[in-house]
Amino acid sequence: MSIAQQKPVSLKVFTVVFLTAWMLIAAFPFLWTLWGSFKVEGDFFSKADWANALFGNMTTIETGDSFTGQGYSGAWIQEEFWRSAVNTVLVCLFVVTISLTFGTLGAYALSRSTYRYAFWFLIVALIFRAMPPITLVSGYLPVFFDYNLWGHLPTAIIVLVAINQPFTLWMLHSFFNNIPKDLDESAMVDGCTRFQAFRHVIVPVMWPGVITTALFSFLLAYNDFAVTTLILSKENQTMVPKIASFLGTTQTKGNVMFAVAAVVSITAPLFVMVMFFQRQIVSGLTAGAVKG
Amino acid sequence: MKHKPFFWFVLPSSIAMLLFIFLPIVSVVVQSLFVEHEQVIIESENCGPFGCTKATSVDQEATAALRAERPLGQFAGLKTYLDRGHLATSEVAALWRSTDSVGEFMGRMFNLPLYKALFFTLTYTAIVTPLTIILGFMIAVAVNAAAKIIKGPLIFFSLLPMIVTPLVGSLILFWMVDARGILGASLQVLANDPSLSVKASTPLMWIMLMVYGVWHAAPFAFIVYYAGLQTVNTDTLEAAMIDGATRWERIKYVVIPHLLPLTTFIALIQLMDNFRVFEPIVSFAASAHATSLSWAIYNDLGGETRQLSSAAATSVLTIIGVAILLSPVIVRTYRDFTRKV
Repeated sequence: MSIAQQKPVSLKVFTVVFLTAWMLIAAFPFLWTLWGSFKVEGDFFSKADWANALFGNMTTIETGDSFTGQGYSGAWIQEEFWRSAVNTVLVCLFVVTISLTFGTLGAYALSRSTYRYAFWFLIVALIFRAMPPITLVSGYLPVFFDYNLWGHLPTAIIVLVAINQPFTLWMLHSFFNNIPKDLDESAMVDGCTRFQAFRHVIVPVMWPGVITTALFSFLLAYNDFAVTTLILSKENQTMVPKIASFLGTTQTKGNVMFAVAAVVSITAPLFVMVMFFQRQIVSGLTAGAVKG
Repeated sequence: MKHKPFFWFVLPSSIAMLLFIFLPIVSVVVQSLFVEHEQVIIESENCGPFGCTKATSVDQEATAALRAERPLGQFAGLKTYLDRGHLATSEVAALWRSTDSVGEFMGRMFNLPLYKALFFTLTYTAIVTPLTIILGFMIAVAVNAAAKIIKGPLIFFSLLPMIVTPLVGSLILFWMVDARGILGASLQVLANDPSLSVKASTPLMWIMLMVYGVWHAAPFAFIVYYAGLQTVNTDTLEAAMIDGATRWERIKYVVIPHLLPLTTFIALIQLMDNFRVFEPIVSFAASAHATSLSWAIYNDLGGETRQLSSAAATSVLTIIGVAILLSPVIVRTYRDFTRKV
């Protein structure tokens, strides 16, 4: 690096200070809540001194140790958070599998068709993608009540799959556009049908794009609140609506620590996911942007 | 691709979207034009030894029959749209006549539920979107300048506020600004006011919601800009340097023009996302101070009495709002496509 490119000291200092501040803002709330989830409410919300939350003075007085798992046992066992966790796993598993099956087929066709209707199909999908999902819910409810579909997990799964489709189609469409057309067309010259060409030539090379899209489909299903809270019954709640229901009932009972423990429990898998798939997430976020 | 295989390939996806996105939209529009049947009231006279009393009761059978006969309810036209909970035309007209200044008129108008929600939604969108872009850009430039070894961890931690469930992320912040939480207590010390509470103050609640909005969305802008910075043409940068451009001039004339198309992309995505602001209002229990269009729908649908027509009317108005925001994107995509063909 030449001398001209070197930064002045003041700029270097500013960069370091700015980055440190951003790291604090981005990460500190999570660390604070993780640490606090092992305390009692008197420490996590300390009127006397905020340092109590660090050292757990009240926790030591109430439980004899400066760390306690009361919040976790209360949430997972007493309030049956494990049920919601199981529901979330089922919902995410099926939503991701079904969305991607439908999505890869559709997006492949859209990327290989040169007709104008393929373009309009994508535009309609874009409009659907922009609509807040909650605006659709009042359309679902009367029908779901009439046919007794309301409240069940499969209903939520199929609704989330549909809401996921526009996004999945757009994302996979841009990945398939990057796979050369010659690949499947030469297979068809050799006598494959369109589906055989897709099955034997495209499927083996599409996994990087599919994995990235799967991550975002997963996030959409995992993080959804608007739809799941309104169309799942109390017994079938997934984790996010369950946490919201903690706020209504347990906050008054003084068991806000259940909610804190549940919040940490729902965030932990996301941490692990970002750790393993950081590269895919970054590439997925930029896929639409850098090209469009 | 020929028409027939195309049809079979897109069929599953189309059916899903047709049944669960398109038909619900139609159903929402239809519902918003109808209201539920009123209950059939029967009046009966009970005559006893002490005179006659009139009693009214609900004729359950007749009500049920009426509902079964016409399940949509009574046709109401645009009545739901114009009532007090939505566009409130007569209330607004009355206000216009009775208030003296425009300021007073606006102030009273924003007490009406829909205008209150719309005002917050638009303010939130207008403030959070540019702040997100600026903060995201600054983080991207700073991370880009950092040593290679720490870039990975920097990106990891920067992603967290965006990846975490919105409801959960806003709860975490909410607990910290609670009067007994670490930030809330620090604010009290800073402001030297032990009774200061974010929950009780409308301006502070608005600021908190927007801080959350920027915190949640900045990582997205950061990642997009960071990827853009990797593709800045180094030859142009060097040429600018040889011509004597200062650091700031290089950013202004080389880097920023290179990132401009990305800014449009981020701005459009953010406009759409911010327009549907919802979860933080639930987490912060902020509905007394700030409501949004999405929250209004949720509130109509979530209670004991599901007000489907009211929710449907708000949904239609929200969809119209989104359509207005989205129209530039569609025009641009259409132009790109026609250029390509």
